[in-house]
Amino acid sequence: MQGGRREVWQRFRRDRRAFACLCILGAEAACVLLLPLLLGLDPYTSDLTAGFWAPPSAGHWLGTDDVGRDLFARLLCGGRVSLLVGFCAAAISVAVGIPLGLLAGYRRGAWEFWIMRLADLFQTFPSIVLVLCLVAVVGPSVFNIILVIGLLGWTGIARLVYGNTLSVREKEYVLAARALGGSTASILRRNVLPNAVSPVWAALALRVGRAILSESSLSFLGVGIRTPQASWGNLIQYASNLTVLTTRPWVWLPPGVCIIVTVLCLQIIGDGLRNALDPRT
Amino acid sequence: MTRYIRNRLVSAVPVFFGITILVFLMLQVVPGTITDLMGEQGVSSAADKAALEASLGLDRPLPVRYGAWLWDLLRGDLGNSYASGKEVSGLIAQRIGPSLLLTGSGVLLAVLIAVPLGVLSAWKPGSAWDRAAGVLCLVSFGVPGFFLCLVGIFVFSVVLGWLPSQGMYASGVYAGLGDLLHHLILPAGVVCLSGLGDLVRQTRSACLETLGEDYITTARAKGLSEGAVMVRHVLRGSLIPVLTTVLTHIPHIIGGSVVVERVFGWPGMGSLLFSAIFSRDDPVIMGVTVVIALAVLLTNLLLDLIYGLADPRVRYEEG
Repeated sequence: MQGGRREVWQRFRRDRRAFACLCILGAEAACVLLLPLLLGLDPYTSDLTAGFWAPPSAGHWLGTDDVGRDLFARLLCGGRVSLLVGFCAAAISVAVGIPLGLLAGYRRGAWEFWIMRLADLFQTFPSIVLVLCLVAVVGPSVFNIILVIGLLGWTGIARLVYGNTLSVREKEYVLAARALGGSTASILRRNVLPNAVSPVWAALALRVGRAILSESSLSFLGVGIRTPQASWGNLIQYASNLTVLTTRPWVWLPPGVCIIVTVLCLQIIGDGLRNALDPRT
Repeated sequence: MTRYIRNRLVSAVPVFFGITILVFLMLQVVPGTITDLMGEQGVSSAADKAALEASLGLDRPLPVRYGAWLWDLLRGDLGNSYASGKEVSGLIAQRIGPSLLLTGSGVLLAVLIAVPLGVLSAWKPGSAWDRAAGVLCLVSFGVPGFFLCLVGIFVFSVVLGWLPSQGMYASGVYAGLGDLLHHLILPAGVVCLSGLGDLVRQTRSACLETLGEDYITTARAKGLSEGAVMVRHVLRGSLIPVLTTVLTHIPHIIGGSVVVERVFGWPGMGSLLFSAIFSRDDPVIMGVTVVIALAVLLTNLLLDLIYGLADPRVRYEEG
């Protein structure tokens, strides 16, 4: 990392596009968390006076769904679930990927061989197929989906940490720490980790985006989050009905736009973070 | 070169075993088997269940079952579907053609668009081409595949009415190449677009790196036209990183086409996998997984070979 945390933040702030994206993402998270409370929205009960498939109106900003539930409320609560899955799954990927990458890079030998072979294995196989099989098998719940997406997403992070650790472990300060008799655990924690891990912050943002994409694909296909619980993916599922797709775009466009905006923001934030962490590139 | 090929082949074998063991374990470790599902449909007593499990060979220990499955696989027998009783290899044989067609045309289209676009945007950073490439990348990264499918159907099938939104043929049977291509355009376009972003990005950065080399300056200094420099020197010099990207993205593209098949009702392996997953049809899930794993390994192998041909250093170092 070049400079301290403050310098990185200042460099990040100067990147106008990335900073704007961070603001958009923050605003979105605030809306999703607070608006349902402020407006007293209920995503689960049917409004019988409005009826089924009501078009947008003052009472229901995005109309109602097939059983008369308010779609705007479902959009916001679906956002909660999608963001939760995205961030928690990415956190799990990082929690698994960093130690494995460190071990492989620092210990070398058998650790390196097995961990990197395992990473190859997970990377050569289309992950959506594995996720599909796994979720179908363990059953769809928010917790299971977070776990499956998180546990299958560790390879990229591990590879990144592994590469950095390989170069850091030969640096003089690590050799010095080893010569002074530091234990492996303390060298890893105090000398290697802080220097090998900084690019992971950029990868983390991208990982969150990918996790949100995986979750929405699963939910759209009917093996992820299932109704009555809402997520952006399963709100778009209404559009697999051709009538909804053709005549009621207000049902499926908003969740789609939400996914796209979120993922793109995370992508741009990730790029911005990478540049801020390492200004030479 | 033969030694290089042999080395590549040998290194693909453990990956194949790894994947099949992984999926096999995954399907077996979960509590509950097909007999529980059948229990809901009439096979009720514990004795019946035990008899059914014995007839399917589900009462044997795991390694034995994996061994038996592997032995059958080597003889070309993937078992019978629990749901329909048909041979899995027969089911897959019906579906593999459409899948190859869809994924193959998607990958080909992506490479044909991404490589020239990447070269053009590296040639003049900040130009209109570069900005177009940037926008395309963002679309490819940020828009989920299934949403692209829906938007495609909405725009081209519903609003414009140009393209069909379902299936492979208009009347359910093959009716000429034109009809097939007509049905192929939308799904193949989506498969291509979702794989495009990474390819364009990698081609661009590889070309930018090559543009900084001394031999490019030399080529320019001796008066070669810009076009000749870009094609003969820059593109050739960037071939290896571009190939690597294609190679690492094949699984991603195959995965994407599984989802696309589902949305468009394309009668390929992805659709087969979905129906198998919903009915816990383990032999079919295993069969499809094996074929996907083989497809991934074969394409990787093929690209490895091109790799060896394109860059002599690769084959001498490893051979």
